[in-house]
Amino acid sequence: MTDWRSEARLRDERLAAGRAHAEGKVVPAGAAIDLLEAILRPGDRVCLEGDNQKQADCLARALAACDPARVHDLHMVQSGIVLPEHLDVFETGIARRLDYSYSGPQGGRIAKMLYGGQIQLGAVHTYLELFARYFVDLTPNVALIAGVSADRDGNLYTGPNTEDTPTVVEATAFKNGVVVAQVNQIVDTVPRVDIPGDRIDFVVEADRPFYVEPLFTRDPAAMTETQVLMAMMAIKGIYAEYGITRLNHGIGFGTAAIELLLPTYGERLGLKGRIATHWALNPHPTLIPAIESGWVKQVHCFGSEVGMDRYIRARPDVFFTGADGSLRSNRAFCQTAGLYACDLFIGSTLQIDLMGHSSTVTRDRVAGFGGAPNMGSDPHGRRHPSDTWMKAGREAQTVGDPLLMRGRKLVVQLVETFGDKLVPTFVERLDAMELAKKTGLELAPVMVYADDVTHIVTEEGIANLLLCRDADEREQAIRGVAGYTEIGRGRDRAKVEELRSRGIVRRPEDLGIEPLDADRALLAAKSIKDLVHWSGGLYDPPAKFRNW
Amino acid sequence: MESLTFRHTTQKPLPGSVPSAITGVVASGNLEVLLERVLPPDACEVAIETPVTGYAAVWEAVVADFVARAQPGGLRISINDGGARPDTVSLRLRQGARLMEA
Repeated sequence: MTDWRSEARLRDERLAAGRAHAEGKVVPAGAAIDLLEAILRPGDRVCLEGDNQKQADCLARALAACDPARVHDLHMVQSGIVLPEHLDVFETGIARRLDYSYSGPQGGRIAKMLYGGQIQLGAVHTYLELFARYFVDLTPNVALIAGVSADRDGNLYTGPNTEDTPTVVEATAFKNGVVVAQVNQIVDTVPRVDIPGDRIDFVVEADRPFYVEPLFTRDPAAMTETQVLMAMMAIKGIYAEYGITRLNHGIGFGTAAIELLLPTYGERLGLKGRIATHWALNPHPTLIPAIESGWVKQVHCFGSEVGMDRYIRARPDVFFTGADGSLRSNRAFCQTAGLYACDLFIGSTLQIDLMGHSSTVTRDRVAGFGGAPNMGSDPHGRRHPSDTWMKAGREAQTVGDPLLMRGRKLVVQLVETFGDKLVPTFVERLDAMELAKKTGLELAPVMVYADDVTHIVTEEGIANLLLCRDADEREQAIRGVAGYTEIGRGRDRAKVEELRSRGIVRRPEDLGIEPLDADRALLAAKSIKDLVHWSGGLYDPPAKFRNW
Repeated sequence: MESLTFRHTTQKPLPGSVPSAITGVVASGNLEVLLERVLPPDACEVAIETPVTGYAAVWEAVVADFVARAQPGGLRISINDGGARPDTVSLRLRQGARLMEA
């Protein structure tokens, strides 16, 4: 007889073992370790909710404190490696395999542990890709998630940082898995139900509120004139030129400078209403001046941002909010929005090679990519036209019947030619290739592949790769904006001038950009305090950004 | 400290008649540029004081590109560098030239 219910029976066993430590669904924080030891089995696939921002930190500490004799060889399938505990479990043998997306703050340590063989790495995914695998071959046996509050039936309020939670719960709860939620507070009635209670098996009242990483706050005080110059080039040479209304921005200072230049430089160019109206974006504080100036029609968010809650509540025409008034974010949907409904992704990277491949993986840091490889790719499943998409498509493809033409998503890398400590951004060969070789990865962790990149913007100019007709033109276009890096100085000057005459390489002066305008005076807000003023006092920046 | 001086011949004088201008500040990652219209109309001299040694070739390239782009004939340019990146130097030089043209 075939056994069709083995997973369901195992789930019942786990629940029965867990209930010994619970009252109904509720587990006191002090019993979290006992609960995890009861429900986990060696070799389990576990999603410990580490999102881009929200962290199930109480459950992470409990997992790291489990007895490795009882809980071991886990396969962690989580989008973010953010807290030290996320890696501690690999040092003690509690976990062995890892499939993830992003590891910003732990990038240095993860590189060391990869080289040291302490982690068996499956792959570094894009968010949407990892979420997809939750439903195919990386379905979690146990999910450890985080919310703001829950009632005794397990109905969960995630607060504005809903992020990955619905996706993780969907994959786990409907495939015989066990879901444990940590909450800041157990309440009689939740403000809104983000996850229905019948999908939550245990609720742990955490010892302290979950940690949220303020990942999207860029202090205007730290923006440089070079970044202002690059932002002007992007607005005039790309946003205006292609009429980009639907877009996504990365998290760097360069794109934050663009946000702060919309109400000043953008206004001066008469672009209001014609560009940057519909966004897939976290609620960046630097977008406040553009919103307040009437530039922004609507924003859908992957997650929230620390300090933006009151402001968002007061601007429901712009943001997606729940019946309780607070932001409803959803990473899976927003990633899908960025992929299929945006015409432009613009972001930064740490290394670009001569073909245009880019990666944030360097010799000593494996930061992961988060959403960038997804945002920064041309979706072949797209079928709806837009003027922007069609124009880019025409630039890339010059022959064939126009009725059978595909458009192109604009994927722009906005980089300064030198990074921190004068490390060149442009390189012969990506460090990611070295890492792949050393750690035995079949694929180098490339963030954006060359064939997806359409433009590279540096302080020296814009390279339009869509217009390049062969590999040599492409290489010289890249060298032509690589400034005084070795790659830049190795250019064929005559060829670059020829590309310039064809508009493939454009300098600030070719775009009519006045160097004297590259001044911080052009930023709509010059400090975090200015952003608070723009918001009418609604934006409440975290302490580390308050210097007044 | 390293002192570098580059002399160039230009095809034309820098337009305008502003006798001198100063832009930028000597701060970390920044630089101060003093421009004076004191040389013959086809000459440009750039003198650099920098705390960062070993980048003479990059300075030479940055200055040569600036001269080719701006044709700053007649200018003596003195740079007090605070460890600025080449892109910042390049931008500051172009800003200085624009101030002299005003």
